[in-house]
Amino acid sequence: MSPTTTAARGIPDNVAAPSRHGRLTRRRSRLLGVLGLLVLVALAAMVSIAVGTRSIGLGTVWQALTDPGLGGEEAVIIRELRLPRTALGLLVGLALGVAGALAQGHTRNPLGDPGLLGVTAGASLAVVLAIWLLGISTPAGYVWFAFAGALIGTVLVFVLGSVGRGGATPVTLALAGAALSALLYALVRAILVSDQQSLDSFRFWVVGALAGRGADIAWQVAPFIVAGLVLALLNAPALDLLGLGEDVARGLGQRIWLARAVGLAAVTLLCGAATAACGPIAFVGLVVPHAVRMVTGPAHRWLVPCSGLLGAAFLLAADVLGRVVARPGEVQVGIVLALLGAPFFIALIRRRRLAGP
Amino acid sequence: MTATAPRTGAPADRGRAVVRVGPVSGRFRWRHLAVPAVTAVVVVLLSAVSLGRGDFPIGVGDVLRTLVGLGEGTQEFIVLELRAPRIVVGLLVGVALGLAGALFQTFARNPLASPDIMGITQGASVGAVAAIVLAGTSGTGALLGGLGVPLAALLGALATGALLFVLAWRTGIDGYRLVLVGIALWAVASALTDWLLTRAEVTDATAAYVWITGSLNARTWDQAVTLALSLAVLLPLALAATRALGVLQFGDDTARGLGVRLATTQAAVVLLAVALTAVAVAAAGPVQFVALVVPQIAVRLAGGSRPPLLASGLLGAGLVVGADLLTRTVLPQALPVGILTAAIGAPYLLWLLVRGRRRSTL
Repeated sequence: MSPTTTAARGIPDNVAAPSRHGRLTRRRSRLLGVLGLLVLVALAAMVSIAVGTRSIGLGTVWQALTDPGLGGEEAVIIRELRLPRTALGLLVGLALGVAGALAQGHTRNPLGDPGLLGVTAGASLAVVLAIWLLGISTPAGYVWFAFAGALIGTVLVFVLGSVGRGGATPVTLALAGAALSALLYALVRAILVSDQQSLDSFRFWVVGALAGRGADIAWQVAPFIVAGLVLALLNAPALDLLGLGEDVARGLGQRIWLARAVGLAAVTLLCGAATAACGPIAFVGLVVPHAVRMVTGPAHRWLVPCSGLLGAAFLLAADVLGRVVARPGEVQVGIVLALLGAPFFIALIRRRRLAGP
Repeated sequence: MTATAPRTGAPADRGRAVVRVGPVSGRFRWRHLAVPAVTAVVVVLLSAVSLGRGDFPIGVGDVLRTLVGLGEGTQEFIVLELRAPRIVVGLLVGVALGLAGALFQTFARNPLASPDIMGITQGASVGAVAAIVLAGTSGTGALLGGLGVPLAALLGALATGALLFVLAWRTGIDGYRLVLVGIALWAVASALTDWLLTRAEVTDATAAYVWITGSLNARTWDQAVTLALSLAVLLPLALAATRALGVLQFGDDTARGLGVRLATTQAAVVLLAVALTAVAVAAAGPVQFVALVVPQIAVRLAGGSRPPLLASGLLGAGLVVGADLLTRTVLPQALPVGILTAAIGAPYLLWLLVRGRRRSTL
């Protein structure tokens, strides 16, 4: 998809809104959509707390949540296991959905998911090195390595994508991301192919899961995700102007370099923290923004927050399903998301008129 | 003229030549001829050097003499029976992946639209990993395991390609829809592969991982001949698509106006790219990054507005054979070729990006 055509697709919605009345109905339907998404997230969170290897009634769930003194096995399960897991799922889903919308906006590429901007590859290499050199093999031990790797990966992509003549264009960013990811994955593979023990630990990290992550991990990544969300919401209006073309945006007073840097910083914080907590979960960032765009249109001030909400609901629902289908074991959330989301996504693509990022 | 046309007052015709033969005349760019020609020479030299390297080194001169039938007994056995199949498979896989990448990227007008990202190689990986992991089990798994890895990979790639085609088809194929369906299939296939890997014995997982990376170890003449026969059919078809691809670049309406049968051409291009990927992946595994990086390098070397097919194929062959040569000579431990293709191709593409002109298309 060439940038000119995608930009042209964005114009009617951003610039030439038909009439005052039309704009009001559009705004009302968007507000209703946001409200609906909030309800959906709350529902998913409740179900995620109630359902598991052992189902707990919603009444007990409410009591355990409101009365901290309540004893008993079920209250402990809820407070020690289900609540942290649900909170983490909520945070990670929000982060991945928002990061996906931003990354697609900045690369102006439907394939520009955060993974392609070096986050996943950087985190993977750091985790593999931690396993291989230091013998670390618990999710809690990987967190800081994965986060550092994600940061380094994205910064490298941004630097390499912007030092060429002409600065950071969507095409150079996307290609620099793909190239750097390939290079880092080559190193990951070189280690995994020669060391069986590293592969044995890495293959369980790389599928992406919420299981076995305690409250401490949620607390560790939460500040970064909150900071990333704030930056992302600040960045969304600038992204709408950038969508009109860099020259127009510059003429309207946008500082292009600053907007790109803030956007990339948000993607790095959000996706880096999410990957650090759960391992790589590609599907949310890749697909949720496309699904949301079909409803909200390409305006990023709506697209970015809505992608976050849908991402959270989607991730929680998939996690619940993963716990139910293989009782008493479970299927990792990354796998459920892909298997469940892809058919839904394809159906959506085939049904709707397509709108580019 | 194109996105790479010089910006400062240089004449627009620099680097172009005009040929007239009787009533027919045409213009061409010297770089479009020079890049494939130079690449072809480099590929031949790399192959000759590669045939000579190993536990029993043979000079380039002796290798060339052996190839034309003047070699002595031992050397002939080592070159022709032990090393040649590996090199031939490497060459052909490189050509096929380079071409497939160029076809997909041009068709979707997206530099990231390679078979790696459109799910085709991941589909092959599901087939191959299932065949490796389920080989010892009973039930339907054993049936899949009994297929053998290459056949399972071929089936996996073709099945994913067919799904991609069917799901993206709606009175023709929109490049954007093709890409979106592609990433959905990619996600499903990678999730299945990762899941199979977590279920496997760790030794099986390692074997599967080597396969996923792409390796040329222990290739036989049987595999080389099968691959060569498939490419003998697919290559001329792909090169014949050059003109149609050029016309498709202008958009659907213009292409139809210029007399291209849109639906037929689109179907042909996508199916060709899928078939090229499938045969290559069945022979050597999804050799990483070749299909994505090679067309982008080719278009930056040769100029023009889209990846040139011939140069992409030849550069692909050069990258795979060169990477294979490096794994066998320079590295202390022989790694799968797929690691080296990414480790060489990626920095080179990055270097081109850093020093290159700003390109706003493809």
